[in-house]
Amino acid sequence: MSLIGKLMEKPWLAQPEGMDPALLVAPNTGWPARTALRFFLGTVTVIFFLFIMTLLGRSQMGDFHALAGEPWLPFDRPVQLWWNSAILLLSSIAMHAGLWLARQNRLQASLLAVMLAVVLVLGFMLAQGYVWQQLAVAGFGLTTNPASSYFYLLTAVHLVHLLGGVVALSGLLRRYWQQHSQARIVAGLTLCTTYWHYLFGIWLVLFALLTSSAGTIDSLAALCGF
Amino acid sequence: MTETAIADHADEHHPSSFASKYIWSQDHKVIAIQYSLTAIFVGLVALVLSALMRLQLGFPDHFSFISPESYLQFVTMHGMIMVVYLLTALLLGGFGNYLIPLMIGARDMVFPLLNMLSFWTYLLSVLVLLASFFVPGGPTGAGWTLYPPQAILPGTPGHDWGILLMLISLGIFIVAFTMGGLNYVCTILQARTKGMTLMRMPLTIWGIFVATIMGLLAFPALLVSAIMMFMDKVVGTSFFMPAILSMGEVLDHTGGSPILFQHLFWFFGHPEVYIVALPAFGIVSDILATHARKNIFGYRMMVWAIVVIGLLSFVVWAHHMYVSGMNPYFGFFFATTTLIIAVPTALKVYNWILTLWRGNIQLTLPMLFAIGFIFTFIHGGLSGLFLGNVVIDLPLSDTYFVVGHFHMVMGLSPILVLYAAIYHWFPKVTGRMLHTGLGKVHFWATLIGAYSVFLPMHYLGMLGLPRRYFGMAGTEYIPESAHLLNANITVAAILVAVVQLVFIANVIVSLRRGEKAPANPWGATTLEWQTPDNPPTHGNWGPALPVVHRWAYDFSVPGAKDDFIPQNVPNSAVEVTDAKAFAEAGQ
Amino acid sequence: MAIALIILLLIIGTVIFHVVSPWYFTPLASNWSTIDSTVSLTFWITGFVFVAVNLFLVYVLVRYRSRPGLKADYEPENKKLEGWLTLVTTIGIAAMLAPGLYVWGQFVKPPDDAMVVEAVGQQWHWSYRFPGEDGVLGKVDNRAISETNPFGLDPTDPASRDDVLIFSNELVLPVDRPVKLLLRSKDVLHNFTVPQFRVKMDMVPGISSYLWFTPTRTGEFDVMCQELCGIGHYAMRGRVVVKEQSDFDAWLARQVTFAQTQHHTEGDVALGQAQYMVCAACHGIQGEGNEGLHAPRLAGQDLWYLQRQLKNYQQGIRGTAEGDVFGGQMIAMANLVSDEQNMQHLLAYIGSLPEPARVAAEGDLRRGKQLYRNCVHCHGEQAEGSFHMNAPRLAGLEPWYLSRQIEYFRDRVRGGHRDDFYGAQMSLLVQSLRSEEDIADLVAYINSLQPEQLARRD
Repeated sequence: MSLIGKLMEKPWLAQPEGMDPALLVAPNTGWPARTALRFFLGTVTVIFFLFIMTLLGRSQMGDFHALAGEPWLPFDRPVQLWWNSAILLLSSIAMHAGLWLARQNRLQASLLAVMLAVVLVLGFMLAQGYVWQQLAVAGFGLTTNPASSYFYLLTAVHLVHLLGGVVALSGLLRRYWQQHSQARIVAGLTLCTTYWHYLFGIWLVLFALLTSSAGTIDSLAALCGF
Repeated sequence: MTETAIADHADEHHPSSFASKYIWSQDHKVIAIQYSLTAIFVGLVALVLSALMRLQLGFPDHFSFISPESYLQFVTMHGMIMVVYLLTALLLGGFGNYLIPLMIGARDMVFPLLNMLSFWTYLLSVLVLLASFFVPGGPTGAGWTLYPPQAILPGTPGHDWGILLMLISLGIFIVAFTMGGLNYVCTILQARTKGMTLMRMPLTIWGIFVATIMGLLAFPALLVSAIMMFMDKVVGTSFFMPAILSMGEVLDHTGGSPILFQHLFWFFGHPEVYIVALPAFGIVSDILATHARKNIFGYRMMVWAIVVIGLLSFVVWAHHMYVSGMNPYFGFFFATTTLIIAVPTALKVYNWILTLWRGNIQLTLPMLFAIGFIFTFIHGGLSGLFLGNVVIDLPLSDTYFVVGHFHMVMGLSPILVLYAAIYHWFPKVTGRMLHTGLGKVHFWATLIGAYSVFLPMHYLGMLGLPRRYFGMAGTEYIPESAHLLNANITVAAILVAVVQLVFIANVIVSLRRGEKAPANPWGATTLEWQTPDNPPTHGNWGPALPVVHRWAYDFSVPGAKDDFIPQNVPNSAVEVTDAKAFAEAGQ
Repeated sequence: MAIALIILLLIIGTVIFHVVSPWYFTPLASNWSTIDSTVSLTFWITGFVFVAVNLFLVYVLVRYRSRPGLKADYEPENKKLEGWLTLVTTIGIAAMLAPGLYVWGQFVKPPDDAMVVEAVGQQWHWSYRFPGEDGVLGKVDNRAISETNPFGLDPTDPASRDDVLIFSNELVLPVDRPVKLLLRSKDVLHNFTVPQFRVKMDMVPGISSYLWFTPTRTGEFDVMCQELCGIGHYAMRGRVVVKEQSDFDAWLARQVTFAQTQHHTEGDVALGQAQYMVCAACHGIQGEGNEGLHAPRLAGQDLWYLQRQLKNYQQGIRGTAEGDVFGGQMIAMANLVSDEQNMQHLLAYIGSLPEPARVAAEGDLRRGKQLYRNCVHCHGEQAEGSFHMNAPRLAGLEPWYLSRQIEYFRDRVRGGHRDDFYGAQMSLLVQSLRSEEDIADLVAYINSLQPEQLARRD
């Protein structure tokens, strides 16, 4: 039944003995961990959404200079960031493969894939750190310009979320060592994979936004009413 | 991401040692009490701070221990503690934790470990907050809204350590809230016992449910603003900091926008008002229905109103910013949405009174507090119509009218509900009744005393007394009588603060010597009163979970012998005196 | 049935309180009678609802209180009743909102012929700027602010040269002429409020906000900062004086333009030395002060501060209060340098005097340091003083003089004059010193401070 339909129910009406529809179905115990993950992703989405909105608002002040759009700007041709994105994409693919293998009950192979995903994510973090270093060397420090401040801030917040994912995943890795049932491994891995894909998606959005030219950012800001 | 089985059998390993039972407990009831005691403790700290503020306002130049600096620190810490660390934590962490599993027929939260971590994280946030009293410069005195630039600049007390600890503490609190909140939402969605449909849930659960979702979506705004302000302060970015002078020196910041912070803050801050209000609305609805022996009037309307208020509260935030210097054309939009939200809120008030109408009103202690709440909430709600109407906000913004309004609607009202709830559920939690005589003293003094504190504040505000002023002397438009009134307010406020000791004494004495409570002293229908043990033990329900056959408001059903039918009683088990009337009543 | 009775009494009490309360809006002094009307309308509607709903509550409590034999009704919902209530509430809300939005529509659009004035907020003072003859305000930038350019005007902008600058917390406005007040801030958030004008708006650093009103009667009105701006928030007071157009024009003509403030006359030390001979009789050859003659130390003090005090004496702002005997003696002396050029010579000479040795003071330094936390924001870590904060140097002043001035401020012997804004602020601020012991400890602490020899300011 739709949510609206549920909200229209008149709960005081008597249901005939033994015919109460509420008692005919098993209680919806669902999969609380997945529900929790969905709500958590909602919360994280709001965090990034608000960061992005403040960036767009802040971009309309005179001292904001986009990091791309002109040949001399650091992200005019963000080659390194494309490489980093590829690493994160591979990590996501590895996670997905790990999940697929676990579903096939090929747990050894699955474990390898998941560990590869972790290595790739750690690699992504290092690569992001390399970008920070390059950016700083190029003269775009943390406080040089709000655009570069936002670059460091947003990528750092993204990395913190990835790190959280790795911590959660390390809990899952224990299940492999301790030879938990396949079902439990698949369950945990499904959630982690969802989170991985989600963070890859977030990265793409951040990547697109942070390497936008001033014109693009201005039109986005105008679209949001700034 | 551990999975939790919610099988229909009690937990095998009952905690045995003292530590695992009362300290590192994963039982929602113990965690609820831990949350409540911590929240009440910091609440008392904040109460003392408010008394100190009132001493200065009522009797300026008398108390050498209150300086302009410490006054602002009292204001700030009082506000932040009351709103976040007391009300939010007590209503959701305390009552949410205790009531959710019991009211929906679950053995515990779906993630007990996460629940425990939530409390310990909350405790950490409280300790960090309180630590700011002991660092150089003391706690921040930026006002609970923490507006930059002044929050992080010299000229504001605690601009070094105080503000940083405040931001860190808020960040930790948000983590704690998120852990708890995910738990509450998932438990309500997926651990309801058989037969407990969404629309059979008591309004308490509806209020907590919607408030929790709002919290999960609103607290991120506070987190975001806290992170960015932290960076402005510590590494010198310019998110919120424009090019300014501080104490005569030009700072390195450029171009930032203080108004951006205000938007973020109130995008959290306004929903926060309803994060506190909605659980209170729910709780008071259930208390009114139970003690009036009558079903809640217009249950569906009440649920819809909670949902609609929850949604609308995300599009009214800038009514706190009418005079902030933002584009004044926003005023049209936000005044309209703000006044629209008054409609569902008013309907809730009508329905509370209509619940009493044609009821059988038992003037028990919880009922007295609930009725007191209706009165103060009507007053506070109506004064909100002044402030929400953008043009009336021009003279009244940042005056004592605002202080009077939000204390009436968001201070006194939820506190009265909290007391109603404590008097109502104390027998369930402890197995003993609170003393009625002491409770009445507490109630009368609190209601009349607090009303005589906050009613006159509205009038001082209309006169133009600004809030957050250490001293009002030296103005021509403030007559001597206003200073006298201020002194009277202080006397009333101190009385109210002292009377809370009666309550604490009542709790302590009743815990040991209180009258033993019957299993269901109020004749309530909701599941928490139907537990096999009283107080409920670990796992709540003994061998089998309850099965729900009806909504939570079958009071005084025509034809039934008793004036209440608990939710877990099937029709066949109801003692009926008049079968025809019983059938016509929809049963 | 006590609860019904008490609620009834609370209703009656609230209504009576409203009717007899002497605490209500101050008499209106601007065109915004429409705001007052909206308030009245809202009072009528909400007042009616307050009384009606609560009386119904009282009725219900009396009529349906529990007694033997009473049984509650069973009525899950009543759609018709709820529908009516929704409708009536919506109408009531609309009746309040519509006029509110209409008046707001007037507020957001200042009239085209409004006179433009700028108010500038800073911790914890006000200053004002008129556009001058060209009717255009010059460009400003907080980063351009310096001691010679406290408004941060752009000297290269031709529009800024004739801007009239008001270095005072007092703003004079003509009656019956719409004013569009542009608001900006040098440091943190402030808020420009005159209760009798009804309108207010925050001053936000980095942007310019505005409000408008037409003063409708002459008189003096307090300006209050109503956005928390730090420790001196409550002492950030100003004044708007509304005068007839001709008086206003005369006042405005006496004020300086930006261009005029950029001309400096350097004082001549040698000429100043001759001027100083009169002062030396009391203040000492080296400006070291003389407690017996009640003459404070001058050497080492900020010159801008000495200049302000000399002018205050000349204008009767200082030294005229009852009880300020020694200040009264200074008036005649100050008038000896009423010529601007002579004053500059004198100040130049005083600026050349070496800083004399300290006098010891007794007191609890630890407590004094604690108390000084309220002073540090303006007077500085080492009591070195700050031109921007309008706070004089305190370090090096003799303890007897410091404590006497604190007592004067406390008793409003000093700071009581209507034009002594900085002094009035000090009067508010020293209220946090509650005893003689406080003052002694504070003075002892200030006396212990040793700011590095700062570049002399003039």
